[in-house]
Amino acid sequence: MRKLLILTAAAIGLTGAAQAADITGAGATFPFPIYSKWAEAYKKESGVGLNYQSIGSGGGIRQIKAKTVAFGATDAPLKGDDLTKDGLIQFPTVMGGVVPAINIAGVEPGQLKLSGELIAEIYLGNVKKWNDPKIVALNGDLKLPDANINPVYRSDGSGTTFVFTDYLSKVSADWKSKIGTNTAVQWPVGIGGKGNEGVSASVKQVANSIGYVEYAYAKQNKLAHALVKNADGNFPAPDDKSFQAAAANANWNEAPGFGISLNNQKGAQAWPITSATFLLVHAKPEKPEEVQAALKFVDWAYKSGDQLALDLDYVPLPANVKDQVRNAWKGVTDPAGKPIF
Amino acid sequence: MSAVTDQFAVPSAPVRKTPMGTFDLVFRNASLLAALFVLVLLAGIMVSMVVGGWPAFREFGLGFITSSVWDTQNEQYGAWPAIVGTLSTALIALVVGVPLSLGIAVFLTQLAPPWFKQPVSTAIELLAAVPSIIYGMWGLFVFAPLFAAYVQIPLSSLVEGMPIVGTILYSRSPSGLGILSAGIILAFMIIPFIASITRDMLDQIPSVLRESAYGIGATTWEVVRHVLVPQAGVSIIGAIMLGLGRALGETMAVTFVVGNANRLSASVMDPGSTIASRIANEFNEALGLQLNALIALGCILFFVTFVVLVIARLLVARVKRY
Repeated sequence: MRKLLILTAAAIGLTGAAQAADITGAGATFPFPIYSKWAEAYKKESGVGLNYQSIGSGGGIRQIKAKTVAFGATDAPLKGDDLTKDGLIQFPTVMGGVVPAINIAGVEPGQLKLSGELIAEIYLGNVKKWNDPKIVALNGDLKLPDANINPVYRSDGSGTTFVFTDYLSKVSADWKSKIGTNTAVQWPVGIGGKGNEGVSASVKQVANSIGYVEYAYAKQNKLAHALVKNADGNFPAPDDKSFQAAAANANWNEAPGFGISLNNQKGAQAWPITSATFLLVHAKPEKPEEVQAALKFVDWAYKSGDQLALDLDYVPLPANVKDQVRNAWKGVTDPAGKPIF
Repeated sequence: MSAVTDQFAVPSAPVRKTPMGTFDLVFRNASLLAALFVLVLLAGIMVSMVVGGWPAFREFGLGFITSSVWDTQNEQYGAWPAIVGTLSTALIALVVGVPLSLGIAVFLTQLAPPWFKQPVSTAIELLAAVPSIIYGMWGLFVFAPLFAAYVQIPLSSLVEGMPIVGTILYSRSPSGLGILSAGIILAFMIIPFIASITRDMLDQIPSVLRESAYGIGATTWEVVRHVLVPQAGVSIIGAIMLGLGRALGETMAVTFVVGNANRLSASVMDPGSTIASRIANEFNEALGLQLNALIALGCILFFVTFVVLVIARLLVARVKRY
């Protein structure tokens, strides 16, 4: 009798798991729009919904470590040690670029040229005026005002700041030793805006300012962007092609869990401030069926989600990277050690 | 004589009915439970904040309060700029907000014609109901640009080079965001509280006091200064302290307009940060020691608010004595 009860209970549990199929995830805010778009389309096709809470990368990492979600999402990749310590597998989903936004009277979008070293000097407070000889040297004929530069930064911890400061650390030794790379750093000068909207409001309202925002945000809000010199010495326009060019030349296996930086990659047309956003799952999940559903969702997004990503100004991963990720999923196993994907 | 005592004879004490006894007991315990709940809640919050913040206090000791470094890269944390920002924005809020609030309350209770009193009273109550994020958005998108164009830029060019004011009021980057802007927005937010409590208190003063003062020839100012304010003094201080409490802990509105710079600056026009704004900014992405440091910041805010409340109690006690 008792056995029968347990069996029925187990059966109910199983069917329950099969029906209550919402995938749970939490983390980064940057990919939230595309994850919800994908989830909407995926639900129509498969009937499986996604419950994604965009609570920030730090929160996503905390939640996946606490095993309260099937996957965590983070903009700043975890290091190899952290991945092995917590038994996590990490892989990229989609990419985006960060662009400097400027507000200088008489300067049109894409007219001002800057280099990474110069941006670092500006945010360190060493280059103070727009007509500084170093800026003029890059811009030839462009008429720049004799006005103080007002740098604007993200005051909340964010993946955007991580990508931006990682880029500055790569191109400026001074930045690397004094400030470093993180989701929030100790800014020596400037004003802080909360969120993309806070930065863009300040850049729009404060004359002679410079800020940095996600490309999608800059495009949708028509902020004037500056061009940035890439590793090959060119000034490509920020768009999906130049972001993809940055990803094409990268060696994704350089770091565990694909956790490489796409900043300052070689390539004639590569945009220098580019980054991927990542998902985290447990390699030996307690509830394999949940993680299996999550991986199926990402697999579907890799196959059919590229156009949706482009529509929202995100950039899909190169096909070979997607294959490498699928290969890495073999490391996700059920308790018996069998790969679940 | 005996007839009189008979007339006012007190009837023997009524006998207590038993069912009411049970009800009384239940009622008594239920209200005791409600009171205990507050204490348990407060103790729980305090314990979890001290436990959460302990690693930061242990790591940096007293240096956590006096240090101005907030470096996530090298895991060095100091609360001083945030403490200074919290106290200075709250002080500005009081300096701007209290006179306005008292003016509103006196006008409404003593001077306003009845047809004007009601709309202003309703407007104040509506202001109190506006969510703080709305004040923040309004501050960022509407107030800050106007403040930059009509106050910061002209004022900066006026005071530039002057001793003292040339430092305190000079803005290097006139963005409209900073300690002073945050203080002004906070003032707008605490005015409804202080004004409406003070108005209610002034209304409660027996009109016979006021009328006798007018009767002996006192002017409106003299009545307010020598009759109303001394009568309502304790309550007015209480109302101000309530406003101060809100100003110290306000988060979203301040985060939008304070400029969020983790640095000390001599100028009130420069961006700064408060304890609450820094927690709001960094909590989402904080890990490890940074998270401990943020919770420790919360502890300090708790302590600062506690000290302010104690000072308020002492003030009230002093005023009562006279």
